[in-house]
Amino acid sequence: MVTAVTSMGRSGLYDWMMQRVTAVILLAYFLFLACVLTGGVDFASWKALYSQTWMRVFSLLALLSLGVHAWVGLWAVFTDYLTERLMGTTGNVLRMLAQVVSAIIMFTYVVWGVQILWGL
Amino acid sequence: MLQVSIYRYNPETDAEPYMQDVQVDTGGKDLMVLDVMELIKAQDTTVAYRRSCREGVCGSDGVNMNGKNGLACITPLSETVRDNKLVLRPLPGLPVIRDLVVDMGMFYAQYEKVQPYLQNTSPAPAIERLQSPEDRAKLDGLYECILCACCSTACPSFWWNPDRFIGPAGLLQAYRFLADTRDTATEERLSRLDDPFSVFRCHGIQNCVNVCPKGLNPTRAIGHIRNMLLSRAT
Amino acid sequence: MRAALQLAQSGYKTAVITKVFPTRSHTVSAQGGITCAIASADPNDDWRWHMYDTVKGSDYIGDQDAIEYMCSVGPEAVFELEHMGLPFSRTEEGRIYQRPFGGQSKNYGEGGQAARTCAAADRTGHALLHTLYQGNMKNETVFFNEWYATDLVKNQDGAVVGVIAICMETGETVYIKSKATVFATGGAGRIYASTTNAHINTGDGIGMALRAGFPVQDIEMWQFHPTGIAGAGVLVTEGCRGEGGYLINKDGERFMERYAPNAKDLAGRDVVARSMVLEIIEGRGCGPEGDHVFLKLDHLGEEVLESRLPGICELSRTFAHADPVKEPIPVVPTCHYMMGGIPTNVHGQALTIDASGRDQVIPGLYACGEVACVSVHGANRLGGNSLLDLVVFGRASGLHIERALREGIDMRDASDSDIEQAMSRLDKLNSSKGGENVAALRKELQNTMQNHFGVFRNETFMREGIAKLADLRGRIEGARLDDKSMAYNTARIEALELHNLFEVAEATAITAEERRESRGAHARDDYQERDDENWLCHSMYFPTDKRVGKRAVNFEPKTVDTFQPKARTY
Repeated sequence: MVTAVTSMGRSGLYDWMMQRVTAVILLAYFLFLACVLTGGVDFASWKALYSQTWMRVFSLLALLSLGVHAWVGLWAVFTDYLTERLMGTTGNVLRMLAQVVSAIIMFTYVVWGVQILWGL
Repeated sequence: MLQVSIYRYNPETDAEPYMQDVQVDTGGKDLMVLDVMELIKAQDTTVAYRRSCREGVCGSDGVNMNGKNGLACITPLSETVRDNKLVLRPLPGLPVIRDLVVDMGMFYAQYEKVQPYLQNTSPAPAIERLQSPEDRAKLDGLYECILCACCSTACPSFWWNPDRFIGPAGLLQAYRFLADTRDTATEERLSRLDDPFSVFRCHGIQNCVNVCPKGLNPTRAIGHIRNMLLSRAT
Repeated sequence: MRAALQLAQSGYKTAVITKVFPTRSHTVSAQGGITCAIASADPNDDWRWHMYDTVKGSDYIGDQDAIEYMCSVGPEAVFELEHMGLPFSRTEEGRIYQRPFGGQSKNYGEGGQAARTCAAADRTGHALLHTLYQGNMKNETVFFNEWYATDLVKNQDGAVVGVIAICMETGETVYIKSKATVFATGGAGRIYASTTNAHINTGDGIGMALRAGFPVQDIEMWQFHPTGIAGAGVLVTEGCRGEGGYLINKDGERFMERYAPNAKDLAGRDVVARSMVLEIIEGRGCGPEGDHVFLKLDHLGEEVLESRLPGICELSRTFAHADPVKEPIPVVPTCHYMMGGIPTNVHGQALTIDASGRDQVIPGLYACGEVACVSVHGANRLGGNSLLDLVVFGRASGLHIERALREGIDMRDASDSDIEQAMSRLDKLNSSKGGENVAALRKELQNTMQNHFGVFRNETFMREGIAKLADLRGRIEGARLDDKSMAYNTARIEALELHNLFEVAEATAITAEERRESRGAHARDDYQERDDENWLCHSMYFPTDKRVGKRAVNFEPKTVDTFQPKARTY
């Protein structure tokens, strides 16, 4: 039996909404970056862009969105393929393991991202 | 002669399933797949499959024909056979009892979970409950489901979580009662569907729509349920 | 299922044994509707008019007390279905939509065509069956799905105390003990080669009753539905003609105007079917072989066809390769319904008659629906009355059993030898060696019935048929079962079904030969007239000595005057 304990909000609707909202943020962020990049950038203008607070907030938002989006998506994948139904108890162990690993990775990225953005 | 390859498994005699090749003389006619199965059974009585009405309304003979789920009785050979070859397999994703007969227990359990019966707390009038033709029209495309399981067994989300994801057939019926103006249990119904599995394992790939022998659209119904959940929560 | 629902609602332990998942029973194929005077289409409609039509339709051998009960209780039963959630089509006022069907009239035949058949598009049976199953689910009825009942178990007093049943999935055989056994096993259209009936309609209930020594009534009365798709046998609802469709011969002539100047295409089904066969015999049939006629619908327009008859459009395109929006559908009279069956009273209790000709209730046994002969259909059933029959009398059986259980049912247990007796057929089959192939024997049986006991019958032909059947009996009883495996062995079930088909066929043949008149669906070349002097009665077939007896028709309704037999014209 697969449980919903590790889903985002234990409500399918909440997960579904988060997935969509974060996707919109990510899309906006990357479209913005694409515009900047196609306009041509050098180191100075890039640094200037990222030294502004609004850009740092926007980037952090995108980073957090990426974390949430990946978490919800991977959670769905893990609960599809790494299950007790398909591989017995091993399924549960593998799934927990995979979830812990991806949680650590995402947490690391977020912390690292904050360090970079604020130059800590 | 049509080349038919048919999935065989008898739990009493076979250690594992195998494909059996059979030649069938169709007399050059564009028979239905069920007719071909009857011809095979006349040669070999041990072949097991379900069938009843032979006109596509009872939903017994859902099978996988050349990789696509459908009802054998209303699928003409011309629609499915390529290169004179027909591969018959049981509906995917459910345990096989024997040959083309699958154990539909999990499928029915998901159907029962949506409480597919009208619930109305007000006392019934002496005549029928009135319903306008417009309100009745909301049930079109929903009530016609024959529970053949072609859709749910074509759905990967149902393959992986048949115990938690209700599946397209069950959700179509869930919406059939949500959409019925005579039903008063909308809130209870919706609150039972709001977990991450029951509805939200649908990723909208529309395999269900592609195979439904009655031309119904479960994906659209699932979208309606999601919208109802959304407007209830916000 | 309606009976089960009644009992489950009252909290009694109820189990339904069914050889297919409940929503796959043949009721699912009923298209047109359920006829009932709910006064929607016509606010002045009266159940007594419906009763008049039914009595006339039955060619006067329908029991008038039973017809009175069905027609008067009908509206209540239909409203109950609606309250359970049946998605009926609607009128602008929000009431249940009713369409015209064959044999319907207003004001006792004086007021013209009535529209009395309540419909859910052309999928009424499907909607009804699913609704009933859903109702049972709500009330937690126990279902033994894909269990096949083989024979009745009788105790030493001759009372029915349950059935022997096989679990198809595992092959396990058990005795299921019960205080009341209700047969709702449907018809046996598969005794004919060409039928609108499903593969599962093998007369299991009739077979079990006959083997237990109980009689069947009016079993010679088989309805041939005018519009089965030529070749495929698939049913095209009478609702098509109700909505304005009509039949044409190869000259494009609307020939029913000649045979039934008033009702035309909506005359009784027996009348229409015979007219079609006459057209074909007289060389006015359509197609290269001249072996069918056409049902014309295209003049109704695409909108009406798609909203009122969507299922028919689908079936016609699939099975006749004809799109009703553009071209007519090739149709031919096809075996459709068994008017006869296990005789019952209005409570669904099965009956036999004693030496002095009086009705005797068979303790423990009930029947309703097509397997029963209450008799509301007599010699010819009107369209839309079968769904009403099964709902009203299923409900009545449930109500009666409820009462009986409250008062206490006391029957002796079956002894080991009683159970062994009921098991004997299955045991014999399981130990069979040699013998003939089941599918081949079934085909031979179906062809014999088709050729010798079809729409028109005569003595010479029927005698030949009976001789062929006599030869078939031994061969069918000794049929071969190669596959003795347990898990989902459909070969075993088909062999057992063949025994039942044979019992029904033989009873039909012997009784048909005996009834020397033409009445309703029973049309004889050699006795073309209705003979009220000798045959205004039910036939009773007794299996032990293969004797045909007579049973009086009830002419005593409780609240209305008797409808006296008249010449039956439309």
